[in-house]
Order: sequence, then structure tokens, then C-alpha cells
Amino acid sequence: MEHDFIEFSYLAASVLFILGMKGLSHPESARRGMKMAQVGMLLAIVGTLLQKQIISYEWIVVGLIIGSLIGGAIAHFVPMTALPQQTALSHAFGAFAASLVGIAEFHRHGVELTGLKMVAINFEVLLGSLTTTGSLVAAAKLQGLMPGVPLTFKGQNVFNFTLLFVALAAFIYILAVPGATVAFYVMLTIAFIFGLMLVLPIAAADMPVVMSLLNSYAGLAAAATGFAISNNVLIIAGTLNGFSGFMLSVLMCKAMNRSITNVLFGAFGSVSESVATERTGEMRELNLEDVATQLAYARQVVFVPGYGMATAQAQHVVHELSETLEKRGVTVKFAVHPVAGRMPGHMNVLLAEANVPYSQLYELEQINPDFPHTDVSVVIGANDVVNPDARDNPSSSIAGMPILEVDRSKSVVVLKRGKGKGFSGLENPLFFMENCGLLYGDAKGTLAKLVQAVQQA
Amino acid sequence: MNADSFIACLYIFTLAGFLGYVVISRVPPLLHTPLMSATNALSGITLVGSLVTAGAHEDTVSTVLGLIAVICATINVVGGFWITERMLSFFRRKEAPRKEKE
Repeated sequence: MEHDFIEFSYLAASVLFILGMKGLSHPESARRGMKMAQVGMLLAIVGTLLQKQIISYEWIVVGLIIGSLIGGAIAHFVPMTALPQQTALSHAFGAFAASLVGIAEFHRHGVELTGLKMVAINFEVLLGSLTTTGSLVAAAKLQGLMPGVPLTFKGQNVFNFTLLFVALAAFIYILAVPGATVAFYVMLTIAFIFGLMLVLPIAAADMPVVMSLLNSYAGLAAAATGFAISNNVLIIAGTLNGFSGFMLSVLMCKAMNRSITNVLFGAFGSVSESVATERTGEMRELNLEDVATQLAYARQVVFVPGYGMATAQAQHVVHELSETLEKRGVTVKFAVHPVAGRMPGHMNVLLAEANVPYSQLYELEQINPDFPHTDVSVVIGANDVVNPDARDNPSSSIAGMPILEVDRSKSVVVLKRGKGKGFSGLENPLFFMENCGLLYGDAKGTLAKLVQAVQQA
Repeated sequence: MNADSFIACLYIFTLAGFLGYVVISRVPPLLHTPLMSATNALSGITLVGSLVTAGAHEDTVSTVLGLIAVICATINVVGGFWITERMLSFFRRKEAPRKEKE
């Protein structure tokens, strides 16, 4: 009877999880969907607490309380600009939990674990551990605690393959000799190191791909836990997470025109030499008043936000400018590139938080045909995603990457901190085009001045 | 774990994979960040395994490992759902609905 109830609660939880994910297909239904997923999670937890194996609750209660307090505090206080690091951290927590459950399982039942069950535990521990350290490095890079540049050393690939080989040997050895403690902990240690090696060589601008990939690994670790303890709800939730992360990685790859194999094996040695187009002409610095007049009398203005908008905390003042323009009858749109920012969809959340209605947020395919009818495109802290070299210059390192074709609009205004190149270090020929001009300075300050100037125009 | 129950797990895994593909390919890029934090909360389902490990009281090491696992997984569940909720509360359509976004 009790057992039936537990199984039923897991089944109901699985259904609710799937409905919850389905809700995310539209902003209108998303919150209702999340409510369902929450109820599902509650059911799964209550069901588990009824299990006969659980004989004491004091530590469980302590764990639940501490976890809720920490999780709640993080979720409540983290600013939306810090979402990428927060997400990376929570990948680390989820994966670490999976890893610990696997370690505890091995610790308790070591010798009895054979065959397929041990395979499952191995995968659980491997994926869980490498995701833990990998995500911690990602979070540190995103938070600026570590340099965002790729950290590489000589013989890195040889080192990685040696690690991989030893881990594989340990994996097989444990299957052959049940309860081989040394081999198990060697494998565990390597998995932790491997996570570091996976993310250290990755540049900050490639983070969207890595974030999605770590998301996927965290989910697969949960699914492997499900295999290890033959629990279907774990498999279903973990697989949904694993697939979602995997699909996001594929989308991010497409948006950067990188191959899927490149992603599957991390981005080892992603640095490649590129030839930028010979620049012609000069970079033209614009006068703030001129830009304001141009904006005020435009029919359509498109804003293109990038990570620079987030670092300058300029999303609120962008919204202010867009409202000021709309009051004057200007049509305002926002063009969001899939890899703008440090994680998939980050710009959308930031703009939504700043009160930009989502009907004004356009995806790449929707907005590109619109640029020829656009009077002014305003690029805020974005660079590679508007680099026409990706389209026109086959020898560029970003050749083939889909871009927002701002260069097709009548005029382009680029807000830039300084004259330097972007994160990728690529020269952007857009800045030298005749219809393009630059406004230097802190994006937030510049935009605030623009708001005033437009109001007076 | 015998071969039969492994195959049963494999069935669930494969079908859940297909289902995930269908359901998640409908999520618009607009909601990709909430999708990520929501799936993060879902992966906190390892809590199910953690609770058993922490409560089975077999030996101190397992209980400690279980306790830490419960804390980590709970952070994911509570934090993941909470922050998703926070994000989704920002998304609003304008008073006069214009071109619908799919």
C-alpha cells in the first residue's frame, strides 16, 4: 500500500515535470507550468520520505532547512546581471549531490556492486564530479574571480588524454574487481581534475556553449543516479534536463557556427588564427546631439544589446530611452542574438526586468529582414554578433556565424567603452563603414544623456 | 540490478529523451534562461536519492555524505524554482498586444 503510494507519487511527479516544461513554450503559460513542476517536486519528496529505508529524520530535516535557506537567499538576492554565475553555481550543487549519492552508495555496498549497477554508479560519479569542478571554474570566470581568458599550458591535450585513459582503466578495473576502493577513488579524483581541465581553456565569450553543456551534464548525472537506484522519476527529470542542456548547446553552437564535436569534447584548443578584412576608411566619432536628433526623428529604431549592456547595468536606461522615443511615435525594437551575453537568453531576462515588454524583443531570424527599413540601429556593448565579416569574409575566424545585419540599416550607432577590440580580439569592419559611427564612453552615462537630448529635440 | 530492470530504465531514458526533445524544442529563445534554471531545479530531483542516503542511517560516513547531498540538492530545488519564478514575473506583454511572438 505504502509502496504503491510512493510509486504513484513518482509517476504524478514525472507527469507534472513534463507539463511544467511544456508550459515554458510561452511566457503566458510559463508560470502556471512552473507551479505544476513545483507540486511535482513536492510530491516526489513526500513520497520519498515515506520510504521504509529511511529510519531517522533529524539529519534530513537539518539538510532541508539549511538547503532551503541558502537556496532561497541566493535566489532572492542575486541580481539579474549575475544570473550566469548563479546558474553555474547551481549546476555545481546539483552535480555534487549526484556525485555524493554515488560515493555513499559505493561506500556502503562496495563489494556487492557489480555489472550494470556499477556502470551506472561510475557514470553518476564521473559526470557529477566533473560537472562540479567545471561549473565552479565557470562561475569563478563569470564572477571575475578568475581571468576570463583561456588558460592553457603546453602539453595540455596530452595531459587530458592521459587522464582520460587512466579514468577509463579505473572504470573497467572496478567492474572486473568489485569493491576496488583505490580504483574508485582514483577515478573520482580524475573526474574532479577533468572538470577543471574542461573549462579552464574556455574564453568568457564562449560561455553560453559551456553553460548549456554543463547544464546537460548535471542532468545526465541525475539520470545516471536514477539508473543506479532504479528510480524512474530521477531518470525522467534528469533526462529532461540533460536533453534540454544538450539542445541549448546545439543551438548555441549553430549561433556561433561551431561544430557539435567541438562542443561535445569541450572546446579544446578553440583558438584559431583569423584574417580580418582590410579596414577601409576611418572610425567616425559621433556627436551626442546629432545622434539624439537622428533618433528623435527616426521612424524605426532597433537596439542591439550585448554583454556590455549587462556590465554597464544599462538595461533600465535603455528602456527609458525606448519609452521616450515611443512617445514621439518612433517604432522601437530590440534585436537579441542567441549568444548575446554569457548564457542563453540572458539579454531577454535583463530587458524584461527593465520593463521592456516581450513583444518588443525580436530574435535574429525575425529582425534581420527588418534592418533595411530601420533608420537607426543602436549597438550597446555588442561586437561579434554584429560583425559583417562573419557573413562576408570566409577567412574570418567567425565566418558563417549568423549575425544581426545592422550594417543594412540606414545608419548605425555603436556605444563603446573605448577604441579597443571586443572580447574575441577581432577587428570589426562595421565600425569603419560609412553609415556607422561611434559614441565612446560608459553606456549607461551615454544613454542617460541621450534620453535628455531626445526629450529636448 | 539485473538486466531486466536495466532495460526498463533504458526504455524510460530513451522515451524521456524523445519527449524532452519534442517539449523543449518548443521553448522560444526568449525563455532560454528560465528554461535553464527550471531544469536546474528539476535536476535537484537527486534529492530523492540524497534523502534515502541521509536517512537510512547505515554508518556515519554515508549519513554525512547524505546530509551534504541533501543540502546541495535542496539548494538546487528551492533556488532553481524561486529564481525561475522571479524571472518569469518580469515577462509581460504590452497593454495593446501587437505582433504575437511564437
